[in-house]
Amino acid sequence: MRQRIGNIGLDALRARAAAAENDLINLGITFTIYSESQAIDRILPFDCIPRILTAREWDTIERGVKQRVAALNLFLHDIYHKRHITNDGVVPADLVYGNANYRPEMEQFPIRFGTYVHICGTDIVRDEAGEFLVLEDNARTPSGVSYVVENRHLMSRAFPDLLAGMKLRPVDDYGARLLAAMTEVAPEGVDDPQVVLLSPGIYNSAYFEHVFLAREMGVPLVEGADLVVEKDRVYMRTTAGLRPVHTIYRRIGDDFLDPTVFRPDSMLGVPGLIGAWRKGNVTLANAVGTGVADDKAIYAYMPRIIEYYLKETPILKNVQTNICREKSGLDYTLANIEKLVLKPVGESGGYGITIGPRASKAEIDVARDSLLADPSNWISQPVISLSVAPTLTDDGIQPRHLDLRPFAVTGRDTWVLPGGLSRVAMKKGSLVVNSSQGGGSKDTWVLSEDAPSQSQSQSQSQSQSQSQSQGQSQSQEQR
Amino acid sequence: MSRDMPLLARYAEGLFWMARYLERIENLARLVDVTQNFESPGREAESWLAMIRINADEEGFAERGGGLTAENVKRFYLLDRSNPTSIPSALESARTNARTLRPLISTEMWMQMNVFHRDMLSLTEADVTGDQLSRLCGKIKEGVQAHTGITEGTFFRDQGWEFYQLGRLIERADQTTRLLDIRYHLLVPGGKEERKQAEATQWGGVLRALAGYHAFRRVAGATFTPVDVVAFLLRDTAFPRSVAVCLEGIELHLSRLRSRYGLRGTVAGLERVEELRAGLLGRSVDKIVNDGLHIFLDGVQRDLILLAAEIGTPFFRDWRPAAAA
Repeated sequence: MRQRIGNIGLDALRARAAAAENDLINLGITFTIYSESQAIDRILPFDCIPRILTAREWDTIERGVKQRVAALNLFLHDIYHKRHITNDGVVPADLVYGNANYRPEMEQFPIRFGTYVHICGTDIVRDEAGEFLVLEDNARTPSGVSYVVENRHLMSRAFPDLLAGMKLRPVDDYGARLLAAMTEVAPEGVDDPQVVLLSPGIYNSAYFEHVFLAREMGVPLVEGADLVVEKDRVYMRTTAGLRPVHTIYRRIGDDFLDPTVFRPDSMLGVPGLIGAWRKGNVTLANAVGTGVADDKAIYAYMPRIIEYYLKETPILKNVQTNICREKSGLDYTLANIEKLVLKPVGESGGYGITIGPRASKAEIDVARDSLLADPSNWISQPVISLSVAPTLTDDGIQPRHLDLRPFAVTGRDTWVLPGGLSRVAMKKGSLVVNSSQGGGSKDTWVLSEDAPSQSQSQSQSQSQSQSQSQGQSQSQEQR
Repeated sequence: MSRDMPLLARYAEGLFWMARYLERIENLARLVDVTQNFESPGREAESWLAMIRINADEEGFAERGGGLTAENVKRFYLLDRSNPTSIPSALESARTNARTLRPLISTEMWMQMNVFHRDMLSLTEADVTGDQLSRLCGKIKEGVQAHTGITEGTFFRDQGWEFYQLGRLIERADQTTRLLDIRYHLLVPGGKEERKQAEATQWGGVLRALAGYHAFRRVAGATFTPVDVVAFLLRDTAFPRSVAVCLEGIELHLSRLRSRYGLRGTVAGLERVEELRAGLLGRSVDKIVNDGLHIFLDGVQRDLILLAAEIGTPFFRDWRPAAAA
């Protein structure tokens, strides 16, 4: 790969990367930022140098993600039913039942296959020893998967010479896998379930992704006002009148789903939806009330949760996390605050974080005061020397920090999209990769084989994907 | 594979309006172009005023405070994004509809719309002055035509296609009557030979604006009267922008919605089309003109508004009659 990039040369690389980004704008593969009543469509900056994962590395990640998703679902089922884990004192009860994301409506409510988290995004980083660590679970409505697929398309349009002959795990069957899972989890007894994607609409910053997912699944993208509940059944408004809906992949938060149950001011939701759901007439994916499991407060307990339910050692470790509600965690954090990253629980998007080694004296004082005022609202972690990857910058190809968000889809079983979203901090030295704070992304390549022991099925699925994109005869030759 | 694919009411509405806005944009460009060409020394203001009256924009234009000059009218229609009847506004609306339709329309349709929109919103004063204007009108027409062609070649032909075509054809019929109305108003027939000559030139201009000049030449013969032009624009069975051809298409698409997709709410619309056709073909064009062309065209326009409502009410999610104006 180094050789191939070298052959292209820096200037040509830049020109082609710029052309590729221009394609993204034309295609409208954008997210929207709102400022002073103006809507600006931005692209997620694309770095043309792919991030490569070996088959062996991917195997670890895939198994680790599946394990984690299994534990999350078992945990959710438990806390909404018999509450063994809190009764056994493994996780503090108030942390679960006092959590703002805990939904009493879910108690004793049966969920098909016990799958609460149908779509999960697991944020993974790599430390200086090369070990993959989980930074965060996203079990509500994780976004970013559209970029995984679109980045690959972009790569094959703009850099066919980099991709040529590479045996990569394909990413373009995400929609089909997702639809299969959504069909699987539809209410029992429905033969040909109608799946829809529920979006807040065109003004949502992730609208492109909603469009992408609806198209890839081949299902209608609906807004709240397109749905109506009559006699505890959900229908969509079509030209031919009301048509039943059975599974809703919803991309709006719990709070906004049903104004008669949650926020009464929600214009995005569907009055009566939760009632229909509780009657078992419609499936919501993800289920309501998953937010309690991906909370930063619970995150700290995830290794214990995995061991508790699965009797297994976590395949992917957590970043070492100090729980400030526990005396030892608080004491350690106060003593080492200049060296630690202090994070509020229950926030996302990189907000509210204090990075000790980079904070001023005054900022440290503010952080310490906030911590002491409400210790249980905080966790702390060591500064991880995030791994870096070569990235095209104004100063040539430079190392930049990055993370990885694989996406797991679970119906009856869990499937993990090979690769995931590699987010890269485009600024030198920056550790923050969030798109809302200027991060970019890379195409993520999972090599389909790097050892002779690779399974047959993987190379087969690869050649099938090639025959679609490059024509049958060529793929025959490659096999 | 199940072909009984439901169409969201909101999508039907979006397709209908996207098509209407684009058709409107093309007609506005045609109108600006023909107005520019009509500009005869000393009577410029009169020509541009006609353009404002066609769109019933007297009030909106006056609010902007500028005098009735060619420059102000061009700016009003080509650059002014705060004017809801301007080309940039219509394009903004078309794109917003396209955005809601992204799950449905082809990627190529969206991409062309996106690029077209960006190009049109970056226009400056320099693009609408002097010899640039006609070129710009050509580019706008071409932008819409590219959309039409891409749609024809890539858009899936289920129910949505029928609603798209209905929007386009209703708008096109409406625009043809408006252009005819305003020109006829300006050019009351019967005058000296010299005046007649000038009129003939101007009617030629109207036909050219609608891309119908040469076709008209083929069907009209050596000499023609304004009534022949009116007959051509209203009743010709082959001219794609004639009201009759638009009505034929509207009827076809409504009937298909009924027969192929079982949408029985089409009955009121189909009856409206019959009424429109009866009005159009029930008496000679001479008689229509003698009885008062303006009143006749006004009636057609009102019927088209009712027709849109008769499609919107049964099939769209948020039919807002005000949007039809």
